[in-house]
Amino acid sequence: MPGILAVLEQRNGTIKRVSHEVLAAARSLADDLGGEVHGLLIGPQGLTNAGLGESGADKVLACFSADLELYQADRYALITAEQATAGGYSAVVLGATAFGKDLGPRIAARLGCPLASDVTSITGGEGIVVTRPVYSGKATYKLKITTEPSVISIRPNAFAPVAASRSGSMEEISAGDSAKTSSARTVKVKEPEHAALDVAEASAVVSGGRGMKEPEHFRLIEDLAGALGAAVGASRAVVDAGWRPHSEQVGQTGKTVSPNLYVAVGISGAIQHLAGMRTAKVVVAINKDPDAPIFKVADYGIVGDLFEIVPKLTDEIRKVREG
Amino acid sequence: MKIAVCIKRVPDSETRIKIGADGKSIDESGVKFVLNPFDEYAVEEALKLKEQAGGEVVAVCLGTDASQETIRTALAMGADRGVLLKSDSISVDPLVTSRALAAELEQGSYDLVLFGKLAIDDYGQAVGTMVAELLGLPSVSAVTRLEITDKSATAEREIEGAVEVVEFTLPAVITAEKGLNEPRYPALRGIMLAKKKPLDIKDVEMGESGVDVLGLSLPAERKAGRIVGEGPDAVPALVDALQNEAKVL
Ligand SMILES: Cc1cc2nc3c(=O)[nH]c(=O)nc-3n(C[C@H](O)[C@H](O)[C@H](O)COP(=O)(O)OP(=O)(O)OC[C@H]3O[C@@H](n4cnc5c(N)ncnc54)[C@H](O)[C@@H]3O)c2cc1C
Ligand SMILES: Nc1ncnc2c1ncn2[C@@H]1O[C@H](COP(=O)(O)O)[C@@H](O)[C@H]1O
Repeated sequence: MPGILAVLEQRNGTIKRVSHEVLAAARSLADDLGGEVHGLLIGPQGLTNAGLGESGADKVLACFSADLELYQADRYALITAEQATAGGYSAVVLGATAFGKDLGPRIAARLGCPLASDVTSITGGEGIVVTRPVYSGKATYKLKITTEPSVISIRPNAFAPVAASRSGSMEEISAGDSAKTSSARTVKVKEPEHAALDVAEASAVVSGGRGMKEPEHFRLIEDLAGALGAAVGASRAVVDAGWRPHSEQVGQTGKTVSPNLYVAVGISGAIQHLAGMRTAKVVVAINKDPDAPIFKVADYGIVGDLFEIVPKLTDEIRKVREG
Repeated sequence: MKIAVCIKRVPDSETRIKIGADGKSIDESGVKFVLNPFDEYAVEEALKLKEQAGGEVVAVCLGTDASQETIRTALAMGADRGVLLKSDSISVDPLVTSRALAAELEQGSYDLVLFGKLAIDDYGQAVGTMVAELLGLPSVSAVTRLEITDKSATAEREIEGAVEVVEFTLPAVITAEKGLNEPRYPALRGIMLAKKKPLDIKDVEMGESGVDVLGLSLPAERKAGRIVGEGPDAVPALVDALQNEAKVL
């Protein structure tokens, strides 16, 4: 009986949280469409299936090898497409992360099937129906997938992991024929000297904009982020000015974030910025201009000079968090 | 070096979206269309490579007749010629678009095919990588840095909190991320020249889509929040709200 193939993601030998979200989405599809959920885990030796049954995997297909530690696009695509075909799954689900946004189209092209990327809801009642934001979150498509199989990538933080007690037993699978892959090889991953939380993955984000006036003043943002356990984000204006790296940019030409808490400091709230953070659960804005558009999307706002407000906010939050 | 750049005509990033009468697409009246911002990075990279190594840059666009204007923008930036794959509509299934583009690109024996990372209308982030797979070419997506020496190349792509370094050989496919370069603005002279550059128009048959649009809707508006106060004195009220009302601390 067909089921759902849930492609899991690991980094440095640790299974990422989004993998549990992928299992949750796969589980709900399998409950609607019938069949089992099979996790597919590709990575280095030493990985285990710990926690995967509890998140809904009936089985974990494991392909562990030293040369699969880093994401090797071609080989991962080959292995996944082979498994998808052999297992006759009705859908392949993966996370819309840097990994899944690269791997998803490869699998769909190899299977010759439709792809729905970055979906925020999914049902399998009468065929698979998904919703996905388009026009940078300014509209939402409701789409029905009319053929089988299909590839679906889910937006991180849109599906909550579930507690399901399934066996999640491991089954080793073949690493595919590496002679069939292209010339591309991931040779290394450059980790930054000071490992920082990524805006796309953090549960809280503090972003600074042109109102910070000078790059040095981002210390204030970093301190507030530190107090909240948040990642540092930025508007495009300060990225283009060279104050902050592109990896921190939130918005239409940056990252889309859906944290529990988003704090915008000295950011006006241009439509392209809002595109990247409108799905945050709680938005706080600090801006001296009471008419700044950011206040239209903020749950809580303080009007005033950020240089007076932010240090005090950092202190107060430290007090609360340190109990 | 023979380079193709795939470009798309999309609503300007400032556009306020209105839903069309069919409830399945946007109301295009009054909408300004532009060259997809990520495709500007792709065009720029192609032009830089041509300036270094010589060759030809071909802009390829699948779309309606109106996309000629988008191609002219790429020509004004410096591309040598354009190809419009003319179709009345664009599928929501990226495989359909990818197959049509791949069929055209296959015939061009390009050394490099460049795409934008993402089209800001459909937000698919799929077409470039799919085309690479269909053509059986090595590809790297969301590239922020590209170096090519003869036929060997190294690309960097941003992943969460780090950068992947990928080596490959040409011919290959790249999708361009913001940060790869600073796109040039078309100069007046470029705009004049573009009018005379060749633009081939070919009718294409689009394949069957595996996706049906049930509807397009506006997302729920964020409900208006409140200003908790002015200046640093408002901080305790904010912290209290975050802790006890929103429960996010
Ligand atoms: C194609 C395209 C794509 C784009 N993509 C993005 C994107 O991905 N992300 C993005 O962010 N932008 C994007 N933009 C740019 C966007 O249009 C805005 O220009 C940008 O977001 C403005 O950044 P900002 O809010 O930091 O600066 P500004 O708009 O200059 O706002 C600064 C704010 O700081 C406030 N301020 C100043 N001093 C103080 C103080 N002392 N205390 C408190 N507040 C103060 C001001 O009142 C003002 O509201 C894009 C634009 C285009 C055309
Ligand atoms: N209709 C099209 N014509 C030409 N290129 C396209 C078209 N659609 C998408 N592309 C290219 O594929 C990239 C990714 O698009 P998408 O997968 O739709 O987000 C775009 O940045 C373009 O470079």
